[in-house]
Amino acid sequence: MTKILSSKQRLNQLLAEHYQEAQDAKEAGRPVAWATSIFPQEILEAMGFAIVYPENHAAAIGARKDAPQFLKKAESDGYSIDNCSYARINLAYAELLHSDAANIPVPDLICCCSNICLTTIKWYENLAKHFNCPMIIIDTPSGMTDDISEERVRYIRGQLEEAIVQLEEIAGKKFDYDKFKDVMRISNETATWWLKATDLLKHKPSPAMGFDMFNYMAPIVCFRGIESGRLLFKQWYEELEKRIENGQGPWDDKEEKFRVLWDGIPCWPYLSSTYKVLKKNGINMVTSTYPESWSLLYDVGDLDGMARAYGSLLVQRSMDHGVRRLCRLASEFNVDGAIFHSNRSCKGMDFKQFEIARQLKLQYGVPSVFFDGDQTDPSAFSIAQYETRVQALLEMMASNVEKGDR
Amino acid sequence: MIAVLDELVKKGKNPKATVLEAMKDSGRKAVGCFPIYVPEEIIYAAGLLPVGVWGGKTDIKLADKYLQSFCCSIMRANMEFGMKGTYDMLSAVVITAYCDTLRAVMVNWPYAVPNVKVVPFVYPQNRQGDSAFRYTLEIFDKFQSEMESISGKKVTAERLEEAFDLYEQWRALSQEFTTLAATHPVTINAKVRHYALRASYYMDKKTYTEKLMEVNQALKSMPDEQVKFKVVVTGLLAEPEGFLDLFVANNISFVADDLAQESRQFRTPTRPEGTVYEKMAWRIMDLRGDTFFYEENKSRGRMLIDMVKESSADAVVVCLYKFCDPEEFDYPVYKKELEAAGIPILYLEIEQQMDSMEQLRTRIQTFTEIL
Repeated sequence: MTKILSSKQRLNQLLAEHYQEAQDAKEAGRPVAWATSIFPQEILEAMGFAIVYPENHAAAIGARKDAPQFLKKAESDGYSIDNCSYARINLAYAELLHSDAANIPVPDLICCCSNICLTTIKWYENLAKHFNCPMIIIDTPSGMTDDISEERVRYIRGQLEEAIVQLEEIAGKKFDYDKFKDVMRISNETATWWLKATDLLKHKPSPAMGFDMFNYMAPIVCFRGIESGRLLFKQWYEELEKRIENGQGPWDDKEEKFRVLWDGIPCWPYLSSTYKVLKKNGINMVTSTYPESWSLLYDVGDLDGMARAYGSLLVQRSMDHGVRRLCRLASEFNVDGAIFHSNRSCKGMDFKQFEIARQLKLQYGVPSVFFDGDQTDPSAFSIAQYETRVQALLEMMASNVEKGDR
Repeated sequence: MIAVLDELVKKGKNPKATVLEAMKDSGRKAVGCFPIYVPEEIIYAAGLLPVGVWGGKTDIKLADKYLQSFCCSIMRANMEFGMKGTYDMLSAVVITAYCDTLRAVMVNWPYAVPNVKVVPFVYPQNRQGDSAFRYTLEIFDKFQSEMESISGKKVTAERLEEAFDLYEQWRALSQEFTTLAATHPVTINAKVRHYALRASYYMDKKTYTEKLMEVNQALKSMPDEQVKFKVVVTGLLAEPEGFLDLFVANNISFVADDLAQESRQFRTPTRPEGTVYEKMAWRIMDLRGDTFFYEENKSRGRMLIDMVKESSADAVVVCLYKFCDPEEFDYPVYKKELEAAGIPILYLEIEQQMDSMEQLRTRIQTFTEIL
């Protein structure tokens, strides 16, 4: 009898297959695209491109502690150490083309959507120049309103239509609109399962240690538009539901004493040590801004809806919206405190954190701490500082509990 | 020195006094324009006074409440000035979003500086298709309504044409000035060149244009001058003042620039056809070699090589503003191309709040020895 794999085992298997399939596709002459993590992958999947995601790849290199050689190479090529470390790793990988952590094939196409940050435009522009290959850009302008304006929807939709024409020219074949709808359907369902699963962490005690969510970030990026992704997140949801039914918390050997919100990408090279400091103190990270980043929902076949979904991420909207979202998460997930990662790689998120933290305290009485770090550059993080900050948060949370404030 | 040139330099060095004077003389309300490419023609046509908001020297205290230390010094200074009331005379600020820092400053502004209204203005980055062109026209219309509500005056077709023509004249004269500066590097040394151009950000464009025309006339009647070294300067901007002093002291002239604050503002011609807004949109679509817009097969390196050849420059000086992501991402690419073309590069990392110039002094001196 075949052993049924847990979703966590399955995700590791799927990721290994993902990297291998991209290599196989390249060898078989199928075009390979490098895409940003929240690119409208639907149009690429529908066209039959093999897609790899440089951010994920850079995170894998960071988590498997292979970043230093790439960071060094990028610096010697003239990149500033103040630039995003994902970009530095990936641009150096584009030159070196080998990591013991994981490998991705040379691209035939570069795909950038500016909905995560504007830095990706410069990074991907450099990739396209380096590989001398075409680039598709889907630009999602930001504004100060809560909702995306109609002219922005028209602009994004227009770019999607132009990108489809560009893809047809590159692939030398007609775009398959039936397959496109199919990918749209799967993508919406996967996103729904992802959101439903991460929402289960609202339960007290949470059925999972929230750091697990970071492990599931790679598959939500890579497999959102494919059936195995849909099944994976459905399975994860069912596993978590079962844990709730069984009354299981995040750990078998430890009680969930405090629940926290985490803002920012984790420090991949220190994922385990940052997690252990929290667990040691009975602190469980139960939510962050990430679950909703991939909850891209729209009606199947509705290109305007798709444009609206991809152009309405946190970074495209007002500070009020960001504050409301974090306050809502704090309330719905019943958090006792918040940890803000002042991530040297992510200026767009960093430069909003101070006000968000202030509002979180003001509106919900949620205390927070900041620590310095970086998503993949190991030199920007100090475990001693992190521990001290967590300790400070612990004291604030304990004092609130004592006072009956939470 | 030419008297009118001296006047422009003084105005360029004193932003606040110059803006207050321009407001008084023109009777216009002032609108601050963050870097870069704010469609000033629309502001002007609405009867307002567009003025540049480019930071400046100040102690950063209040801005620390919003921005971490690893943030671009211009944006930290803008936030500091906003918070301490320096910009209180402005009826609004227009904030753009070419990088993640500008995007963040835009959304922080209503919290940090609630008394100065912010109007966002964000050009499309994907300028390859029709959708970007159409979108640009739509955002011009929207921006026009915003400006009309601030001034209480309608932007008529006639006012818009007038403003457009004035700005075209300013662009042409600014280009002529930089060409004349290259042939008159003693009179127009690096510092004089910078402040004369910078004055345009704080004066009424009409007054500035008239004065610049006088400067150009005077320069045209003067014999050509020579200094020892000629360079093309590239980057966001060439400041602070002490930094420019180093070039003057070392006999280095700026024979051409690719600075966001200077030539990038006026070097791209528009197309002859279309309405005013279409012409303005075409200029943005046609901008090349500018790090603040996505450009397929980026051409900045080739452009710099051509500029060096055309101006017979000895080298390229890179004014890299620390923490400026777009500029930092371009550098490795054009560096490689310039090196392949055998063009010497002097890479200088600068910040608006830097106190000591000693390290830069040594680097510039050493570089002239190599040249």
